Amino acid sequence: MSATTLIASEQHQDKPSTPLTKSLIVLLPFLFLLLAASMLPDWAVQVPKNWTVPFVDWANVLVEHLRDDTVFGLFSFRDLTRGAAELITWPLAIVEGLLVAGFPAIGLPAMPWLMIMGLAGLLGWHLRDWRLALLSAGCVAYMAIFGKWELSMITLSVVLVAAPIAGLIGFGIGILAVKRPWFESLVVPLLNVLQSLPHFSYLIPIAVFIGVGHKAGAIATVIFAIPPMARLTILGLKGVAEEVREAGKMAGCTRFQTLWMVEIPSARQSLLVGVNQVIMQCLAMVVIASFVGARGLGHDLLFRLQALKIGQALENGVAIVLMAITLDQLSRAAAYKQPSHVAPDASWLQRFPFLAAAALVVLGSLLLTAITPYAQNWPSQFTLSTAPFWDALVRWVTVTLYGPLQVLRNAMLLYVLIPIRDLFQGIPWTAIAALVAAAGWALGGLRLALTVLGFVLFIAFAGYWERSLITAYMVTVAVLICVIIGLPIGIWASRSERRTGIAKLLCDTFQTFPSFIYLIPVIMLFKVGDVAAISAIIIYALIPIVRYTIFGLRNVPAEIVEAGITSGCTRRQLLWNIRMPLAFPEIMLGINQTIMFALFMVIIAAFIGTKDIGQEIFRALTFNDAGKGLVLGLCVAFMGLTADQLITAWATSRKRRLGLA
Amino acid sequence: MSETKLACRNLWKLYGSDPSGFLRGQPGTPSIETIRVGGYIPAVRDVTLEVMTGEILVVMGLSGSGKSTLLRCLARLIEPTAGEVMFEGRDILAASEREMIDIRRHKMGMVFQHFALLPHRTVLDNVAFPLQVRGTDRQKREARAREVVELVGLKGREGYYPRELSGGQQQRVGIARSLAVGPDVWFLDEPFSALDPLIRREMQDEFLRLQQMLNKTIVFITHDFDEAIRVADRIAIMKDGVVEQLGTAEELVTHPATPYVAEFTRNVPHDRLLSVRAVMAPASSRTPETTAVRAHALLASVARQVLSSERPVDVVDDAGMLVGTLSRDSLIDALYSAEVPA
Ligand SMILES: Nc1ncnc2c1ncn2[C@@H]1O[C@H](COP(=O)(O)OP(=O)(O)OP(=O)(O)O)[C@@H](O)[C@H]1O
Ligand SMILES: [Mg+2]
Repeated sequence: MSATTLIASEQHQDKPSTPLTKSLIVLLPFLFLLLAASMLPDWAVQVPKNWTVPFVDWANVLVEHLRDDTVFGLFSFRDLTRGAAELITWPLAIVEGLLVAGFPAIGLPAMPWLMIMGLAGLLGWHLRDWRLALLSAGCVAYMAIFGKWELSMITLSVVLVAAPIAGLIGFGIGILAVKRPWFESLVVPLLNVLQSLPHFSYLIPIAVFIGVGHKAGAIATVIFAIPPMARLTILGLKGVAEEVREAGKMAGCTRFQTLWMVEIPSARQSLLVGVNQVIMQCLAMVVIASFVGARGLGHDLLFRLQALKIGQALENGVAIVLMAITLDQLSRAAAYKQPSHVAPDASWLQRFPFLAAAALVVLGSLLLTAITPYAQNWPSQFTLSTAPFWDALVRWVTVTLYGPLQVLRNAMLLYVLIPIRDLFQGIPWTAIAALVAAAGWALGGLRLALTVLGFVLFIAFAGYWERSLITAYMVTVAVLICVIIGLPIGIWASRSERRTGIAKLLCDTFQTFPSFIYLIPVIMLFKVGDVAAISAIIIYALIPIVRYTIFGLRNVPAEIVEAGITSGCTRRQLLWNIRMPLAFPEIMLGINQTIMFALFMVIIAAFIGTKDIGQEIFRALTFNDAGKGLVLGLCVAFMGLTADQLITAWATSRKRRLGLA
Repeated sequence: MSETKLACRNLWKLYGSDPSGFLRGQPGTPSIETIRVGGYIPAVRDVTLEVMTGEILVVMGLSGSGKSTLLRCLARLIEPTAGEVMFEGRDILAASEREMIDIRRHKMGMVFQHFALLPHRTVLDNVAFPLQVRGTDRQKREARAREVVELVGLKGREGYYPRELSGGQQQRVGIARSLAVGPDVWFLDEPFSALDPLIRREMQDEFLRLQQMLNKTIVFITHDFDEAIRVADRIAIMKDGVVEQLGTAEELVTHPATPYVAEFTRNVPHDRLLSVRAVMAPASSRTPETTAVRAHALLASVARQVLSSERPVDVVDDAGMLVGTLSRDSLIDALYSAEVPA
């Protein structure tokens, strides 16, 4: 293969080369293969059909074996997974019963909506302040008043059940990884891949091994949320200062005491940030899990979108967004809440004011329920709907913006998307493999080169090269536009404390939205197709680039900036000669994240009719084709990991050279 | 001084891929170059020392000279590459994990440079932590913790969390925690260097006050010579993992064993360090004058008298016998010339 010979022949050239020659070495084989495309043999341009390695068949053999053959003597693996899945039925039933369904068997109603509202408000107040109290109580009230009660409470119960389970499993994995190095070296690469697998890839095996339905959706949610918790547990426990660990040891802690009384409490904040992540991932997944039949807000949203009832979809979207913001704010507040002392002579009431208030809320709401049924359920005749408003908005958009939007859409397609797509499809696959391998070699040596080359070859020989190219083209276009829009926004926002605050708040808020939500406005504006898909990707993937640009620019060491000021730099010179070069590695990491986000979104955008690899995954989901789903998922993950490995290697070495790391 | 409390013999700590294999493969004692060329980082090299019961041994040296590593080897927080560590006459490197836990629970305490408090526990709970770990019941351990908290002057702050305290207060909590179990041996790794100078001074006084009451066996690390002189019975000076010299402050100044020690002690204020005995001239036996000064007095305390006297001042020992004379010139030489009288 051209790429491997390339590595072999250039390996001994170890002397430091200038950036120019280095980038030439990286680009030359690529350019050569690209320009010589017409003269190359066919196999070097298109991946020959008969070269396809039957990964899919292998995966399916494995899946079928697990599904049908008895492995544990009496039952098959699928029986086992289905049995395990039954375990989640109970907590789910209990929480759902508490929040919305009640317990008809023992004649107990669900909690009154007033009680839930009061408790939510108290929680917000306890964790931060009255504003958070208002937000959480308001969120609950919104669900009741605007007729989203049942749907939202079902969604909430899945999150409330799935998050602790996923959190505990991830926590356990993290602890084991920190305590057992062999387990860490095993699990960390796996976590990397799992975290770059698109949502749908989790759904297909679930559908095969557990089936479809609400329970299956809950399980998918649990599994999806495990990796971030495991990762943050590892990070948190490793971040505990060695001195603190030694202090525990000197106090005579056993290993277990060190872990339980010293390390875990000291890592509390990282762990709680992990919990926040878990909750948000759960919410994002439970919306998407509606594809395998999870009930709740997501299911309703999917249903309305499929019926192109955009107004009603928007109404659901708002409810999901509101829930996302509230859950995020609450769990974030929990993570950043610091303990503070109470007066030694404080009474019970002063020590636990919130427990007392909670008891009061419970009693009060029960009392009210006895007086009026309105306290139990929001009266349906007073239910408001925002759908007419959204419908009017959608109608207005369609009527007034139809013309300009059509023009924009066609122009995009004709002058940008189609040319770039054709360009991408004209690149010989060997050229891409050579480019990736050479970049890997230049940035991280032979090991990195082989890793990323392995990723590319997997995609090439899995049999979905052309589909992958379409995905790559959409991601590339979207990421380019993101950079063009996001960089100036980031630069603008980094100028002052106030702007940074605003931009960060917006980023934080938008990032909490489940990705599926972003499809609603683009369907409204562009209906379906590539332009719609790319727009959705852009909105979603804009967040990290803005965030990292701000972070990078604001974290340039103050003395260096001051040195620039004292040398008489203008603001423009400061930006371009000092801030930008120093912030650049960070910005590249932002672009890396943007690529990851874009890959996630491009797969979800399959829902609105793209022709890329996402569409194939979507089809695999419909036909329950687990092997294909898995291989396609890996293709997507490997695309992301290729970019991730290359960019991270570059940014790390660059930061080290700048003395920033 | 009485018996040996803590000692180490030929203690080594190297960092690298296979340090003990490397060390065993060396004929004799490898030089620092051999170690570095072999790809190892020498942190502690062939250290032998003893700490007596009730003694304060200060370990000094520049950053990276291996002080912390030595201390952690003595407490067996890290495993030495070779050598022995004797605690109360037994080799603790041979002790099992269980025995080690037992020793730490009852006989050792440590104060850390960056306090190392547990952020989620109140002052009282932090101090009670070592007691909790060894299973003392709540009432007893809180009573004891209150006692120690009061001892370090933090009464009234028992319910505070570490982040609600200043640096000096946090280190008091660290000291209280290390004293809670009433350890015999007290390890302090640069306990005051994260504090600003005024607070540091105050904490040193506090430390000396406590030591006067408690009379522990102490290994104290610092890189501040003034601090060393204030607290030390004996001082060990380390360089590149080796103890260059171990002795009283006066010995280090008057008889530096290596040029490095001489360099290290050059800027020390001699008047607070040297005694009259170190700089006096011998005298023939006769009856001392009534204005005579004591031989073990520090120069600072007699400077005024000697400098205002025309003639050399007589020096007597504790028994009142004349042992020498001290002239104005030799005092000035001792204090202000670079040459230290032998
Ligand atoms: N875990 C480790 N791995 C590799 N080298 C280490 C490790 N710990 C310490 N060293 C090295 O051992 C040497 C001695 O370190 P040590 O921390 O004991 O120095 P120190 O005298 O306490 O310095 P300081 O005053 O900065 O605390 C240093 O060169 C250090 O780099
Ligand atoms: Mg140290």
